[in-house]
Amino acid sequence: MKTSTNDLILRTTTTLIAFILLAFSIYLFLAGHNAPGGGFIGGLMTGAAIVLMYMTYGYDAVQKILPVNFRTMIPVGLLIAVLTGAGSFVFGEPFLSQTFKHLHHVPLLGDVELATALLFDLGVYLTVVGITMTIILTIANDQ
Amino acid sequence: MSNLVVLPILIPLISGIIAAFLHRKIGAVRIFSRLMAVINLGVAAYMGWFITQNGTIILETGGWKAPYGIILVGDTLSALLVLTTNVIATACVFYASRSLTNKQESFYFYTFFFLLITGVSGAFLTGDLFNLFVFFEVLLMASYALIVLGNGKIQLRESLKYVLLNLFSSMLFVTVVAFLYSVVGTVNMAQIAERVQEVEQKGVLTTIGILLFFVFGTKAALFPLYYWLPKSYIAPNPVVSALFGALLTKVGIYSIMRTFSIIFYHKTDVTHEMFIWIAAFTLLFGVIGALSTHNVKLIVAYNIIPAVGFMLLGIGLFNGTSMEGSVYYLVHDMIIKAALFLLVGAIAYLAGTSDLRKMNGLIHHYPVLGWLFLIASVTLAGIPPFSGFIGKLLLLQGAAQEERIIMIIVGLVTSLLILYSMIRIFIQGFWGEKDETIVPDKKAARSFTGPIAFLLVFSIFLGIGAEFVLPSVEDVSNSLLNPSSYIQSVLKE
Repeated sequence: MKTSTNDLILRTTTTLIAFILLAFSIYLFLAGHNAPGGGFIGGLMTGAAIVLMYMTYGYDAVQKILPVNFRTMIPVGLLIAVLTGAGSFVFGEPFLSQTFKHLHHVPLLGDVELATALLFDLGVYLTVVGITMTIILTIANDQ
Repeated sequence: MSNLVVLPILIPLISGIIAAFLHRKIGAVRIFSRLMAVINLGVAAYMGWFITQNGTIILETGGWKAPYGIILVGDTLSALLVLTTNVIATACVFYASRSLTNKQESFYFYTFFFLLITGVSGAFLTGDLFNLFVFFEVLLMASYALIVLGNGKIQLRESLKYVLLNLFSSMLFVTVVAFLYSVVGTVNMAQIAERVQEVEQKGVLTTIGILLFFVFGTKAALFPLYYWLPKSYIAPNPVVSALFGALLTKVGIYSIMRTFSIIFYHKTDVTHEMFIWIAAFTLLFGVIGALSTHNVKLIVAYNIIPAVGFMLLGIGLFNGTSMEGSVYYLVHDMIIKAALFLLVGAIAYLAGTSDLRKMNGLIHHYPVLGWLFLIASVTLAGIPPFSGFIGKLLLLQGAAQEERIIMIIVGLVTSLLILYSMIRIFIQGFWGEKDETIVPDKKAARSFTGPIAFLLVFSIFLGIGAEFVLPSVEDVSNSLLNPSSYIQSVLKE
């Protein structure tokens, strides 16, 4: 379809912006507990960063640097989310019970609060990334 | 132990996810799905037994107290319906491999199948109105995927109608939940019921109730809102049709049953009177549709509508006997509709056509299938030793108690016409001269027969073993007419 075009400015800025977007999406994902953000918006933002790379570099190049099958990412995310809910069975608690723990004097980070809700959010994050990328790539690759 | 009640939701959900990993290995995914469906049936049966022994189970998910967190309520009605759902799911999963092509199976059929079961079981078990909406969406999303699976031209056209209508009714559902939340300030069904009781359903609450009825009425295919159902239900593969016909409309009826017996029951002269009239029209129009066509699949699809009418009639009459009849008919109809859809799917496959006028003398080639079809037809119409009889008898007794002679006549005439529409398939399709040119596909017929016979065994048991089933149906009807027991068991005051 498209042959060679000179899009140097787009390519150069994408290398910068894609990393900033990815970092911001991870920030949003981790901030979810105490500030606006969470798995859903974090996943969408990551999806946006990957879509930007696809738009700039084309399908083959991104497939080479990100050899991920986004379609299997959906069940992986779902499985993580469901298993964190079902994990409470082991402790005799009702389904979906969450717990958290304060860790003190962690190197570099100081005091952190680790919650199992983060694992559930990780499931949501992976599912959202998988779904958005599957939708976009399926439509884009349609002949 | 309260976690037991989440298992019928959780097992199909996890099975669906794992089936997605295996989707290319058809042999493995088949065995896995069958195994998980049987395990889930066992768990549902155990849950039903546990609930009849120990009473209602309440699961407060995440350990949050009742009105604040989402709760799952396993009472006898939910347990009965979850068990029936799993019986049907087991039959369908064994039928699927013959009915679907390998390509369709590898395109995540089993994942969507299990997600459909997740949604249906979740809708039966939840005790929270917004959570009910979410489970409706889970089952609808899965049904959208199943209805287009195989992307035939007709499927594409019918699925568009189906998706548009269901999106509209889902949107209405959200709006109604918003209205209700702004009036009573909660989405927990027990607490809504309590607060509606406090103000005796004054003001705008009856309007909200009727709006909610129209949402569920669209899902359940009641009289003015059923036009989308018949054609879109015959578009997909027979096994998908069986799942839809047996489960989806019944979730709507179950929701009407729940909401209008524990929440909106204070103005029965408005709401329940309306139900009776809608039920009468649903009965008549559905059966007229069933008589209007020569397509065997369409005849069965139209027969869903009068069945829904019978159940709504029982809810509208709102006395002990009619509620019992409704619950009994609900369970009976789920099983028999699944069996009938599987049967006509098999007939259409073996005869190579679904046009009744082109079939002749099938019983010479497929005797077992023919007699199974006769049993299913007379069960549907309500001939005494079989299960349709007891449900209808209770419903008509309920109508007699309220002195609704017209409804009794409408019910009886409809039953006669249902019998006529089904026997027409038997007489025209199965009787007649033996066609020597047909080479019977005995192997396919045998693999179709197993699941159908499995379902009909339950159906016959419901009829002959009515003494065994009736106590639990009476129990369900008592708890439906006695909402304070539901509220107390949830809110524990």
